[in-house]
Amino acid sequence: MNRLELHDLKTYFFLDEGIVKAVDGVDLTLGDGETIGVIGESGCGKSVMGQSIMRLIVQPGEIVKGTALLHRKDGTQMDIFALEPNSPALRSIRGNEIAMIFQEPMTAFSPVYTIGQQISEMVALHTKVEPSKIRDHVVGLLNRVGISNPSQRFDEYPHQLSGGMRQRAMIAMALSCSPKIILADEPTTALDVTIQAQILDLLKQLQREEGMSVIFVTHNMAVIAETVERVYVMYLGQVVESTTTQDLFANPLHPYTQKLLRSIPKPGQRVDRLEVIKGTVPTPIDMPLQCGFASRCPSMMAGLCDKKMPALVEIEPGHFARCFLHSQETEPQDEWTNI
Amino acid sequence: MSGPTSSPSADRRILAVQGLTKFFDIKQGLMGRVAGQVHAVDNVDLYVNAGETLSIVGESGSGKTTLGRCIVRAIEPTRGQVQLRVDDQWVDLTKLKGAQLRAARRHFHMIFQDPYSSLDPRMTVLDIVKEPLVYNKLAQGKEVRRIVIETLKLVGLEERHLRRYPHAFSGGQRQRIGIARSLVCHPQLIVCDESVSALDVSIQAQILNLLKDLQHDLHLSYIFIAHDLAVVEHISDRVAVMYVGKLVESAKSDEVFAHPRHPYTEALLSSVPQPDPNRKSARMILEGEVANPAHPPSGCYFHPRCPYATEKCKNETPQWREISPEHFVACHHADQLQLKGML
Repeated sequence: MNRLELHDLKTYFFLDEGIVKAVDGVDLTLGDGETIGVIGESGCGKSVMGQSIMRLIVQPGEIVKGTALLHRKDGTQMDIFALEPNSPALRSIRGNEIAMIFQEPMTAFSPVYTIGQQISEMVALHTKVEPSKIRDHVVGLLNRVGISNPSQRFDEYPHQLSGGMRQRAMIAMALSCSPKIILADEPTTALDVTIQAQILDLLKQLQREEGMSVIFVTHNMAVIAETVERVYVMYLGQVVESTTTQDLFANPLHPYTQKLLRSIPKPGQRVDRLEVIKGTVPTPIDMPLQCGFASRCPSMMAGLCDKKMPALVEIEPGHFARCFLHSQETEPQDEWTNI
Repeated sequence: MSGPTSSPSADRRILAVQGLTKFFDIKQGLMGRVAGQVHAVDNVDLYVNAGETLSIVGESGSGKTTLGRCIVRAIEPTRGQVQLRVDDQWVDLTKLKGAQLRAARRHFHMIFQDPYSSLDPRMTVLDIVKEPLVYNKLAQGKEVRRIVIETLKLVGLEERHLRRYPHAFSGGQRQRIGIARSLVCHPQLIVCDESVSALDVSIQAQILNLLKDLQHDLHLSYIFIAHDLAVVEHISDRVAVMYVGKLVESAKSDEVFAHPRHPYTEALLSSVPQPDPNRKSARMILEGEVANPAHPPSGCYFHPRCPYATEKCKNETPQWREISPEHFVACHHADQLQLKGML
């Protein structure tokens, strides 16, 4: 059963310089208890996609199209994108059904309240825990995520905790309303490798015990390889490839994925030179209708890749790719294609 | 000035650091009473050979950036020597003052982590890259422009970029500008402080290749400060591991990755995620966090987190010793332990 189904999400930013199609037609499914990864370089739209699911997009950004079907804890279904902004229904989803873990816990927490106060607020708003028992409940949560001396930490401010501790507190906050879905946006990027290993371990353990579904947004291939079951590779606002993690690393189909996998240094396989992807990600303002990777692709076919937009096609069972090397199908056009 | 001569390979060395120490005072109250000291860099010995890359790795707060900055005298070390070989003469950088120090500065340079904040947004590429040349009076008039263009070509930029401002460039290109600026005076030693950490993987590969090519063509030596061990393994000839201001291990890169001799190195290697979904090896999770350098633990600083710690580790500070040729370690039990590497 699927927990979340994202269909044809388009989030555009309307700037003075032109339109940035930050997310341009993303489909994504998240199964019950499944961990999926969204990977891409900066500017590929992976964070905007996550923020769209939480409805955190503000002007000049706008979700112009798409549905996000959420299967709720009580068995009902709901399209998150159809809800009124700031409506009670939307607030009941944030934190309660889907909780988010941010990259930089120092900026995600308010510096003027204690860790305990901030988590308590969330518990008070979203759950039916009695006010007199909230403190114990929160101390229990802090203990659960491996914070030593939880009753003392409850009264400390974010700046008094180390980076790893803050990220644990962030996870405690995300867990506080037992959400069914965790959306983790680069949760370990700001941390040291030793602390990263601790946090990844904690997330895996909690996911097993609580049966949560997790969306892992990151740029780190190694973290993806070790953590998730299925991967979506994003480039310029679109999913260019999606399959199981095993399959992606063994048999990448899209030239971008292939190049990306070869451009990271692999421990134990020392090479003299790394493969590089020539050029840089094009500026996403007013992109012409073409394959986004065409300008950097070693297999670019003139007259095809720079003229038409390939569609995301199932090449092998469960393995999707958006590339004319594998399928001639083009992306269907809609009212947003030529704006 | 006498140079370091203890090792037979000393004639290849261009940098020798001995007993380098930096303590920061912790000040309290209105009068700024000194309440304690942070041992940011504590009695570090290291050397760099000509044309090689020495990487310094460690968790944040281990003092690796402070060490790099002390070496280039961006901050004043508390004590210790930093000897650089300039025209076959050993010069102790910590003893230099005023004009002498300024004159020596063209022989070493630093590349910073963040290509966005390390370039002045109000200077054009030409101004940024020519500044060290003009400052050191190495060129005049039309010569300046010619050298700048030459240097830009070395790092993969072009003449048409001269008049542009940093904001017009992508992160990878900005890092190239920073590299051009550091190369323009033909230094021998470049300290790269997390120079590829802020870049995307595809751009990171471009910059790593560029650094390697430049090293080969210009016979540069690098001190590469980094926390990403996969990158470190790719670029280094030798690796030094730092923990709470002290070096705990240093050796040839292959040695460190295949046969670490210090438990901290083992733990660090074990926590590196691998880009291979089939790897199912048991990960050694290091408990706790880096010790507070203002109040370091007794004995070996690593003992509260070390799975092999004994009573001796709590009481005695381990000596920095050469356990096999060119392999240094500071651990009481390095001879007995069978540690696991990453390869």
